[in-house]
Formats: sequence, C-alpha cells, structure tokens
Amino acid sequence: MEVDTAKIDSIIEKYNRDRSYMLAMFQDVQRLYRYLPKEAISYICKQLDIPFSKGYEMATFYKALSLKPRGRHTIHVCLGTACHLRGGPNILETFERELHIKTGETTEDGRFSIETVNCLGACALAPLVRVDEHDFGKTTQAVVKKIINEFTDGVKS
Amino acid sequence: MKEFKINGRKVQAEKGETVLEVARREGFDIPTLCYHEKLGSDGRCRLCIVEVQRGNRRRFVTSCLYPVENGIDVYTDSKDVILIRKTILELLLARCPSSDIVQHLASEYGVHDVRYTKDVDKGKCILCGQCIRTCESIVGVSALCMSGKGPAKKVTTPFDEPSEVCIGCGACAVVCPTGHIYIEDRGGYRTIWRKKFELARCPQCNRLHAPIEQLEFISKKTGVDIDELLICQNCK
Repeated sequence: MEVDTAKIDSIIEKYNRDRSYMLAMFQDVQRLYRYLPKEAISYICKQLDIPFSKGYEMATFYKALSLKPRGRHTIHVCLGTACHLRGGPNILETFERELHIKTGETTEDGRFSIETVNCLGACALAPLVRVDEHDFGKTTQAVVKKIINEFTDGVKS
Repeated sequence: MKEFKINGRKVQAEKGETVLEVARREGFDIPTLCYHEKLGSDGRCRLCIVEVQRGNRRRFVTSCLYPVENGIDVYTDSKDVILIRKTILELLLARCPSSDIVQHLASEYGVHDVRYTKDVDKGKCILCGQCIRTCESIVGVSALCMSGKGPAKKVTTPFDEPSEVCIGCGACAVVCPTGHIYIEDRGGYRTIWRKKFELARCPQCNRLHAPIEQLEFISKKTGVDIDELLICQNCK
C-alpha cells in the first residue's frame, strides 16, 4: 500500500520528531488509515532512525494497533466477568454468524470489524456492546440485528 | 567493596556486581540459560533464582540481576530454591519438550514428568532474547525482534518476511542457548530467517566461508577493502 508521506511527516513533526512519541504517531496513523500500514511503520522508523524491527515489535505488542485493515465500524463485544455471565459469548457468536466473520476479522465490504474487550467498566449494562462511540447495554440477540442494520443503513455511518 | 555470604562462605565483591557474577567467580554452581557475559543480564530464563536473606526478610531473586549488598546471606541451593528451580524447569520443558539442554537440566534436577500441556508450536525457543540483543548490540543491525505478546510471543523478523538488514552472519544462531534458530549452509548458499545468502569463496583455498552481504557490511563498517575480506581467516 502507498502511504501519504506528507501526512505522516506532519504527524512526525507534530511530536517534534521525538522517538519517545512513536506510539502516539502510530495511533495517529491508525486514525488516518484505520490500521497501521507496513509502509507507514517503515517510513516512521526511517525518519526517527529506529530499527524497523523495533517499530514492528511495538506495533504487534499493543492491541489498539492493527496491522490489518479494519472496518469502518468496530464492534467491541465486552467479555468481562459480568458480561460473560450475562451472555456476552452468545452475543459475540451472533455477530460472527450474522456478519460471516470471526473475531479480529473484517467484513468483505469493509464495513465492520469484530473485537472483544475484557471490560468496558459498565457492568450494570451487561452484556454490553460498543460500536465506535455508541454503547448498547443489556444486548439481546434481537438487538444484534438491529445494531447491524442501524449502521448498515447509513444512519450512523 | 561489599562483603556478604554465599552458602555460609564469606565473599567479597565490587559495588555494582551481580550475585551471579560473584557466585560463579567463587565457584558456586548456578544454572542459567539466558545469561551471557558479553550481553549482560535480562532475567528471562529465571533459572538463576537464589534465596537472599537480609535480617528477617527472605526473598527469591534472579541472581543475574540482583546487585551485591553488604551483609546479605545468599543460598544457591536451599530446599526452596531447588523446588522453585524444578518448577521453572518443568515449565520450560512444557514449552520446549524437544530442547536437549532443557531436557538435560530437567533430568539433572529430577524433573521427568510435565504436569502441563506440552507446546508443539514453540520449537526450542525459550524467549531469552539473546539473539535479539546480539543482533542489536554486537552485530549492530537489529534484524530481529519479538512479535506479539502472551502465548503468541515469538522471535522473528518484521512481518515474518526476509529482513532487509540481516547480513546472514549467523551470530543469533551461535548465541542461542537451545539451538532453536535454523541455519543451513548448502550448495554455496546460507539460509537463515527465511533469507538466502550467497556465500563468498576464498580465492586462495577455494573454501566457502562467509555470506557476501556480511563481508560487504564489514567492509562498509571498517573501511577494509572487500577483496581483502574475501580471503578467509585460515589463509590470512
């Protein structure tokens, strides 16, 4: 993939070319492309004079960084203790079945990605699903379809 | 100057030395896999664990990282140390069942059975990171890194692809304590980390002795002419 080096340059400049801000730069690039392209890691490493291997190491360590393209909407299904007991795994399974993808994958049309999360801190709303910035508490399997439709029909896309 | 005891014997050491260094110098046997005197300590294999008593306090520490102190009592093979070491060996054996050195150490400590599920996908790698540190600080190319975390953590090149910066020197394979890293010289080529290197032939004895890329790297670093480096160590 080709990356826009001018845009990445401005991200690097934003942090004064300081190596200790590499993670923040990666996050900014991810916001730009919704994932972290290999070329972007390579370019940033070159600009900061850091071995490519170190950049890769950091990119694979953090769960927030993705090396594969992500969908326009990321569905976070909470699997914390409370959500787990109240049927989080079922909700996850329903999403996987409805969208024909597994956790960590992206739909073919690039609309959705499914991720799991270990607690969103709103256990009273269990089982909780967060799509982008929107929370859906006390989710049922019927709500799963509604969520998918809501985002597919362009209401919130 | 620091003074303390190892297994009841008084020993002296310089400030800044580690318990492991002093113990080895004084002839006490502490097993290690990840320690290398040129690379320093990283405390990864955990085998060098010892008991340190200071006053009423008793701690179990990795001796390769623990700096010497006045008045401490170190025990390298107390009952509890042996017990912990056996557990560590059991875990290492569960991760790398095919590693000769882990098998050897385990049987030395009487560990034969593993209570845990044995890994089949880890090879002989114990994640000590010596290869990475060698590549970074001794060779100076940083071709290797860890990727991922938790059970998926492994040593690799970026994106599991042949590395652009690897020079095929094989230092990582030499330093690896368990012999995990695959290196093969065959038919005039060296294969390591999924990359193929053409080996240079010594013009005098006609022996294949080093990858051309490595010689070019040395030539660039030291300014010595490549033609001179093509002559192997035996013919110089």
